Amino acid sequence: MFLKDLGQVLRKNIREYGMYIALFVIMAYFTVATDGIFISSRNISNLLNQTGYIAVLAVGMTLVIVIRHIDLSVGFLAGFLGAVAAIALEFWNLPVYVVIPMTLALGTLAGLITAYPVAQLGIPSFVASLAGWLIYRGALLLVTASTGTIIIQDEAFNAIGNGYIPDIFPNIGFLPKVHKLTLIIGLIGIILFIINAINSRKKKQAYHFEVLPMNIFIFQLVFVSVLIGLITWVLSGYNGLSWTVVIVLIVVALYHFVTTQTVLGRHIYAIGGNPEAAELSGISVKDLTFIVFGSMGMLSALSGILFASRLQSATTQAGTLFELDAIAAAYIGGVSAAGGVGKVTGSLIGALVYMSLTSGMNLMNVDIAYQYVVRGAVLAFAVIFDVATRKRV
Amino acid sequence: MVPLLEMRNITKTFPGVKALDKVSFSVHEGEIHGLVGENGAGKSTLMKVLSGVYPHGTYTGDILLRGELQAFRGINDSERAGIAIIYQELALVPEMTVYENIFLGHEIHRGLAIDWNETIKRADEMLRRVGLDVNPESKVKDLGVGKQQLVEIAKALHRDVKILIMDEPTAALNEEDSANLLNLLREQRNHGVTCILISHKLREVIEIADTVTVLRDGKTICTLDSKAGEVSEPVLIKHMVGREISNIYPPREHHPADEVVFEVRNWNAYHPQLERDILKDVHFNVRKGEIVGFAGLMGSGRTELALSLFGNPEGYHVSGEVFLHGKQMHFRHPKEAIKAGVAYMTEDRKGNGLILIQDVKQNITLANLREISRRGVMDNNAEIQVATEYKDSLNIRTPSIEQQVGNLSGGNQQKVCLGKWLFVKPDVLILDEPTRGIDVGAKYEIYTIMNRLVEEGMSIIMISSELPEILGMSDRVYIVSGGKIVGELPVEEATQEIIMDLATDY
Ligand SMILES: Nc1ncnc2c1ncn2[C@@H]1O[C@H](COP(=O)(O)OP(=O)(O)OP(=O)(O)O)[C@@H](O)[C@H]1O
Ligand SMILES: [Mg+2]
Repeated sequence: MFLKDLGQVLRKNIREYGMYIALFVIMAYFTVATDGIFISSRNISNLLNQTGYIAVLAVGMTLVIVIRHIDLSVGFLAGFLGAVAAIALEFWNLPVYVVIPMTLALGTLAGLITAYPVAQLGIPSFVASLAGWLIYRGALLLVTASTGTIIIQDEAFNAIGNGYIPDIFPNIGFLPKVHKLTLIIGLIGIILFIINAINSRKKKQAYHFEVLPMNIFIFQLVFVSVLIGLITWVLSGYNGLSWTVVIVLIVVALYHFVTTQTVLGRHIYAIGGNPEAAELSGISVKDLTFIVFGSMGMLSALSGILFASRLQSATTQAGTLFELDAIAAAYIGGVSAAGGVGKVTGSLIGALVYMSLTSGMNLMNVDIAYQYVVRGAVLAFAVIFDVATRKRV
Repeated sequence: MVPLLEMRNITKTFPGVKALDKVSFSVHEGEIHGLVGENGAGKSTLMKVLSGVYPHGTYTGDILLRGELQAFRGINDSERAGIAIIYQELALVPEMTVYENIFLGHEIHRGLAIDWNETIKRADEMLRRVGLDVNPESKVKDLGVGKQQLVEIAKALHRDVKILIMDEPTAALNEEDSANLLNLLREQRNHGVTCILISHKLREVIEIADTVTVLRDGKTICTLDSKAGEVSEPVLIKHMVGREISNIYPPREHHPADEVVFEVRNWNAYHPQLERDILKDVHFNVRKGEIVGFAGLMGSGRTELALSLFGNPEGYHVSGEVFLHGKQMHFRHPKEAIKAGVAYMTEDRKGNGLILIQDVKQNITLANLREISRRGVMDNNAEIQVATEYKDSLNIRTPSIEQQVGNLSGGNQQKVCLGKWLFVKPDVLILDEPTRGIDVGAKYEIYTIMNRLVEEGMSIIMISSELPEILGMSDRVYIVSGGKIVGELPVEEATQEIIMDLATDY
């Protein structure tokens, strides 16, 4: 009975759950193949930190693709702005609390500049952002030309990519060597999730909308709670939550809220669904294009900061191929190239899938050549799966 | 006699909807068979089953051609069996030429290369057969809708067609083009082609069909024989709706005030891509509580006029003066027009009216999210309430307000469009072909709503190519031709003849 219900629900929502299942399978596979090293606290912590700078790009890219555009410039923009941040810290001796807002502002500005030919003149975003790709690549080489790699000494800045949130009561006897604040945050997360799920179910029932059968609903609650619990448990066994994860979670939560609960989000999806209809409904496609590209630019800056901070330096190669990783993550996460469809949470999972592959294959010492082939195959499979499940009426 | 086509006990369900419930339908060779029914009755679905759009196995029941069981796996199979379908929405490639479109998917090859000379020659023959006098090398987008419709038919006929299915072919055509098309159908019948015609224009069904089948709620209600005199408008309506409707237009009790709400003076528009003037010196006004009809032929410039006034999203070069409540306005974007209280419902619901991949509730609220949000954050409950309200008051047939609009029947999509603009609660509502593709019962409902709205003080501009509708609903009529207003009449003085004379004079 339960299994039958579960099978039915899965089949009906296969599109939505597909990538969660994929992530689960991939993680399980690598855990077995690496004798558990993959799921070790240390590795998971590293994996999440590496996912950070791709995940924030993937979140922004989701919106760009939803409004039927693409932004190829984000990778080198991130690299370039990371270098700018490094220069500001090291050569201009600006304090970190000035450097970060300044870098984010520059990123936003860069996004608006990419948007200008797209929104104002109707130039295809592929071309406009390809120009950006070239320009920022050149700019990155220019600013790092004289010095080569710029080492960043600022500790606060470096903590963003390498530090962890502090613990409370680190020295009491209860649960030694475990990061208690992380556990508490995980617990709060679980409670919020359960309350939220029950509330939204009640609301749906009040309007006689379709809801999951009770047993499946409870299963879903337990499953997700256990998952969050496990992850926080694993993380708290190492250093706890890293600042990168905190930042990514905040970005995803913010964008999730904007896309699902606000007028702005509605407008973005409306434009993606049918730009002409949106325009005639009083939505300015032009303004929204600026906003979406501006946000993409800001997230590129954030990605650049995360990456530079993680490496504790700005390099001439920073940002290479980030844009393609982000686009791949978004597509694995279920964004549709036809526009109007895609969730930021999906793209986060897509980024995790993508980085898990990299991390797992690295642990297994898979040759880099094969790694590309596997990643490509997964991307192709994800998109084919998406299209195939969409067609079924 | 074995019927040419027999569909037996066809049942087709979609999630939450039983679109067809044991439908039986048979068509005899050489007849024109009308298929009528309310919006959402299942007409289009039945024809999609027949033409293999919904392949064998996705429905239950049997399709027999000349007594032989068929199992179409796709459109190609049904085409091979001699069935051609022209959909409710045109399916031409606007940027391609007429001849390319006619042979799209059935290109004439010589070896690997397409034989363009032969293609053009054959296209010319097909165009002559459908009586269309255009250069086969012109682009489809440069033709009017009527001509495009004929190109569709030419496309269907170039193969050896036995059964030609047309889903509301005349919905977007004016009287003259419609008449041409019906003549063409008669001719095809004389050539031995059997036709199935779906239409909400009952008069043309009565005029042309030999047999009429009525569907209601996914069931076959009856099949009537025209020669036996069984077919008449009241009879059809009664079977379609399930009750009698004596008037097509509800009684009009408008009391327009003297106060002019919306006025346009010296309005000109120039189309920068076409490089010509599309509107010349347009003057008109609308009073409070008045329905003003804009009559004219397709392509006379009425839609362009409406768009140019509604924030000009097409980017025409416009000049002139617009007054709303006596105040001069300059709308630079539809959002400004909406904010000021002017709304425009498009004639092309799929093209620029609806977001087909979103659900009913999202479409209804899209143009007025401000009202169901606080500081930019959506109030989801308010949205559900609003959507439910309009679903009920407009009688939109959908299993849920969370149904994707693309899954609704054509007429119900139109109602969603209307609901969206009613929710904006404008002072001036411009309706462009508001009842296109809508069944008689629903038309009556929409007319009643329009009457109620003007009673409440709204002003309505109704662009319509259906003269009876113009005469039945308007208080005053403007006639548009060639981008100019060529006449203005109070409805009491207007007749179809006078309007047609003026509309075609220029
Ligand atoms: N792809 C689909 N998914 C879900 N429901 C559908 C789908 N296609 C049609 N329906 C439903 O099936 C029913 C019949 O629709 P159909 O399009 O056949 O109506 P119709 O008679 O052609 O109406 P109209 O005159 O408005 O065009 C409707 O209730 C419609 O909502
Ligand atoms: Mg239909």
